[in-house]
Amino acid sequence: MSTRRRLFAVALTLLLAGSAAVAAEPTPARQKELIHMVRQDCGSCHGMTLQGGLGPALLPVNLAEKAAESLVATIIGGRPGTAMPPWHRFLGEDDAQWIVARLMEGFPK
Amino acid sequence: MKCVLQSLLLGCALLVLAACGTVPLRESGSAMQLRGTGDLGLVIERASGHVTLVNTSSRSAYARIGGLGDLSHASVVYSRDGRYAFIFGRDGGLTKLDLLDAYIVKRVMQSGNAIGGSISQDGRIVVAQNYTPGGIKAFDAETLEPLAEVPAEYAPGKFSKVVGLADVPGNKFAYALFDGGEIWVSDFSDPKRPVTTRYPAGQQPYDGLVTPDGRHYLAGLFGEDGVALLDLWQPEKGTRKILEKYGRGEEKLPVFKMPHLRGWSVAAGRAWLPAIGRHEVLVADAATWTETGRVAVKGQPVFVMASPDGRQVWVNFAFPDNGWVQVIDTLSRKVVQTLQPGKAVLHMEFTPRGEAVWLSARDDNRVVIYDTRNFARLGEISAEAPSGIFFTSRAARIGF
Ligand code: HEC
Repeated sequence: MSTRRRLFAVALTLLLAGSAAVAAEPTPARQKELIHMVRQDCGSCHGMTLQGGLGPALLPVNLAEKAAESLVATIIGGRPGTAMPPWHRFLGEDDAQWIVARLMEGFPK
Repeated sequence: MKCVLQSLLLGCALLVLAACGTVPLRESGSAMQLRGTGDLGLVIERASGHVTLVNTSSRSAYARIGGLGDLSHASVVYSRDGRYAFIFGRDGGLTKLDLLDAYIVKRVMQSGNAIGGSISQDGRIVVAQNYTPGGIKAFDAETLEPLAEVPAEYAPGKFSKVVGLADVPGNKFAYALFDGGEIWVSDFSDPKRPVTTRYPAGQQPYDGLVTPDGRHYLAGLFGEDGVALLDLWQPEKGTRKILEKYGRGEEKLPVFKMPHLRGWSVAAGRAWLPAIGRHEVLVADAATWTETGRVAVKGQPVFVMASPDGRQVWVNFAFPDNGWVQVIDTLSRKVVQTLQPGKAVLHMEFTPRGEAVWLSARDDNRVVIYDTRNFARLGEISAEAPSGIFFTSRAARIGF
């Protein structure tokens, strides 16, 4: 029983450590890539200035009321039945978290 | 007496010369000599709000003009004399530009979020299609004064984004409602009082095209497999769906960029259309509109463009395959060439008779020019993050 509990604790620590690693800031070089990608490739639907197009505007005022986690989930998994595709092949959880945090405060140029 | 006669003759000679245009008649702008516009065009530089004016005979740029606002997804139509470009910016800016004198004639902000435009058969009306507020707006091509608007209110209080706007004969415009799932045709015979007819299309039309003869309007559907077809010669028969269920119920691949349609999709008696969520070009017989085949390609097609003679179809792709371009031979219906013109190939444009094709490589900051016969690279032009390339040969086409 106690071994089991200890095992569980170890697993939990590993998991937490894992997710902490996942949530790490992308490197400066990666950040540059992400900025380019959001403006250019996300921009083909959301507009290069993120003021909206086929997809909705992604400016701080549009996202203020939304939960960051659900926006991250939208980016990673897409929204089935809409034109928003899943980006998990190209973006990790940490990338998506960084993008959402930047979108919510005003995306860098 | 003799002297007077001589100077009279000299005066006459000068007049004749002036009339021939060998003497500059005016000094404004850069066009010091008379010239035609048939080999001119422009390249959109999306990030910096500039356009570069180009000459397809000398394969060179001859001017660059800034101050055009947000040009991401900008598109261009031409006056029927090919002299004036009407540039529709993403930010709702509509700019009239003189290709000969290389300056901005007029610029108005017509809406908050635009996606393109078109020009009427008689060349007098320029129409912009808008996302927000959804609808179309008509302007006098001479002055850019507003004439009329048609809000895309498909249900009480519900407005749709408008896509696929194209001119059709009779000073009419056809377009599709992305959110409303309809095709609308607005008749601008009376430019201030357009009359609109509505037709069902299907789920989420993403773009539309008019066949080069002006007869059929096709709206590609994103929300379902198929294309809505309206015969504009017999509109009373309504729309029907073609290429239905081309996905055969299989799971769709993600679409990282929406494909584009335009009249160049028709070649060699067939329509060549991008599939949605499949790495295929769909081929339909342009007389019966039944599927006659499909061509497997490298990625999600974005532009599927036939050369002016219809012998080739060039295809570019959505992210992440946007460094590739493939060429389909329309006779054998096989991919005969795969090219890597540069990073992020956004657009292509054929020279008026198709001996060359110009491609924009956004992330390489250049436009590359290929020979369509032997695929040799003929040259390049530098441009900052180039996207759309538009030649004046569009001026004479139906559906633009
Ligand atoms: C092919 C078009 C397309 C592309 C490309 C695209 N999106 Fe979207 N996106 C959409 C659409 C459409 C929606 C709205 C979905 C809905 O109706 O709920 C959306 C929704 C979103 C939302 C949720 C907004 C909200 O208010 O709930 C976020 C965040 C988002 N996209 C981020 C991105 C990012 C980041 C990228 C690039 C990595 C991207 N999108 C690329 C079409 C696109």
